[in-house]
Amino acid sequence: MTNIAGLFAQILNGVQYGLLLFLISSGLTLIFGVMRVINLAHGSLFMIGAYLAYVTAAATGSLWFALPAALLGGALFGALLERSLFRRFREREHLDQVLLTFALILLFEEARAALLDNQFHSVAIPAALDFSVRVTSEFSYSAYRIAVLGICLCVAALMFAFVERTRVGSAIRAAAENAEMVDLLGIDASRLHTLVFAAGTALAMLAGALAAPLQSVYPGMGDGFLIISFVVVVIGGLGSISGAFWAALLIGMIDTLGKAYVPQAAGTAIYVLMAAVLLWRPAGLFARA
Amino acid sequence: MRCASPRGNLALALAALAIAAMPFYASPYHMQLASTAMIAAMFALSLQLLVGGAGMVSLAQAAFFGIGAYAVHLLARVTDGAPSILLSLPASASIAGLAALLIGPFALRTRGFFFLMTTLAFGQMLFFVFHDTSLGGGADGVFIQRPVLGAFGVALELTRANRPTVFLLLNLLVLTVMYAALWWLMRTLFGHALLGIRANEDRMHAMGHDVLRLKLAAFVVAGALAGIAGHMAALNDAFVNPELLGWHRSAEALLIVLLGGIAALHGPILGAFAYTLIGEIGQSITERQRLVEGLVILAAVLLLRNGIAGIRLPT
Repeated sequence: MTNIAGLFAQILNGVQYGLLLFLISSGLTLIFGVMRVINLAHGSLFMIGAYLAYVTAAATGSLWFALPAALLGGALFGALLERSLFRRFREREHLDQVLLTFALILLFEEARAALLDNQFHSVAIPAALDFSVRVTSEFSYSAYRIAVLGICLCVAALMFAFVERTRVGSAIRAAAENAEMVDLLGIDASRLHTLVFAAGTALAMLAGALAAPLQSVYPGMGDGFLIISFVVVVIGGLGSISGAFWAALLIGMIDTLGKAYVPQAAGTAIYVLMAAVLLWRPAGLFARA
Repeated sequence: MRCASPRGNLALALAALAIAAMPFYASPYHMQLASTAMIAAMFALSLQLLVGGAGMVSLAQAAFFGIGAYAVHLLARVTDGAPSILLSLPASASIAGLAALLIGPFALRTRGFFFLMTTLAFGQMLFFVFHDTSLGGGADGVFIQRPVLGAFGVALELTRANRPTVFLLLNLLVLTVMYAALWWLMRTLFGHALLGIRANEDRMHAMGHDVLRLKLAAFVVAGALAGIAGHMAALNDAFVNPELLGWHRSAEALLIVLLGGIAALHGPILGAFAYTLIGEIGQSITERQRLVEGLVILAAVLLLRNGIAGIRLPT
């Protein structure tokens, strides 16, 4: 019986990890789809969100202030980055963008080290959610993890509604499909880019803030998330939000269950899947043929 | 991608002489630093064949570098004792080249951004093979026996005192041979065909060139050269770990290539020395090495459109 309970907990962990991955990779996929920018610094934005949560929680004693701070601060920071730096790189080659965003990784890590330190920190789960929910007599699950699940689902639903139902959303979809189309339709591409980059940054930082109590906050924590987010973006299909959603859940599940039950093969399996998608379904695993 | 002019090659030769003379004027520490830069240069040169040569931006290069390094360790297990470098160096090159030959036909089905991602996937696959299984000694890495510098019973005894000098000269020799070989290769019909692919792949195809085979050949040669760089790294450090295969190291090599300039064959050599120097200066003037690195890269990407090799003195 305990094995089944353990499996159930792993599945929930997988879903929750997958939803966090979705928050990060949805921004990455939009930034690539709309702006054609390979943003290697996206993982660092996640790291900044986590550290923001740590600082806010230490200053105010509660994580709740950190979530709006990550969203608003992220939107502002993203808009600023796009206007000051990324704008200049629109016409440049992919390789120059790789170089630029790699430099940003170094600068963000160094700024973090200068402002704080290089230690591991834990962030306390908010007191209101610091308990376990009894699901069955043998199985209970952390209330905070359930809250993270709920918040991620709400954000995902809001995003789908925005992208599918609004005029700006349809412009984003058009741009992700075909960047030149936006100019032909008479949409202000420059404002669209700022919006997409700001939203992507806000989502990555929100994900970092939500993840902070689940794992320690530590230097270079964005690194692993960056690469796994690229896996999600590729498997979901470049520029596709719904593709990123299903791919994030799939990768979250494979990674969590794999690490729990077949630790020798989990890491490799994800990249075998990624290579297979790239070679046989380059438009994404969930794209309509 | 240009090859250096006779005057440029003369300048490189003079720089090589200055390095060869380091035992007369430099400290062991600085000789080790030069060795580190030269190994980075070998690794970046191997990537330059792909990036500058055929326009293929790969993130799998560190995997071949790491395989070359691990080959030293695995070979010592097979031969039951330290092998001769005359055996281990070709072994590293062939095993890394073989890995590239196995991955290449898959990765080369894609182009551009998709090639970047496919090579990332294969590179990470190999990283996790060494990270998650006991094949190479596990996630923490292992200390390895250095190959013997000699053969047939005659060998150079390595001591703490002569090691920096010996490695300096050995690395200089390998780097020089590698550069000369690539210089020659880029002047052959094969090299010109690669440049043609970089300029316009479809046109080369239409002209009847077997583009896929040419690209595969470049991928395998670049893999073998990365394996040689990895071998030299293993020899220097007497230690290997899975991080050698990680994507971060591939990105760093790409950075060195871009910093040096993708338009010139010797760009990666300049880039590697500049990158090593920047890190060293950053470390000595501030605690914040990466801050200096980040700012220099930022300045380079904003101001130097063709890398260091693209700087022209006003005449």
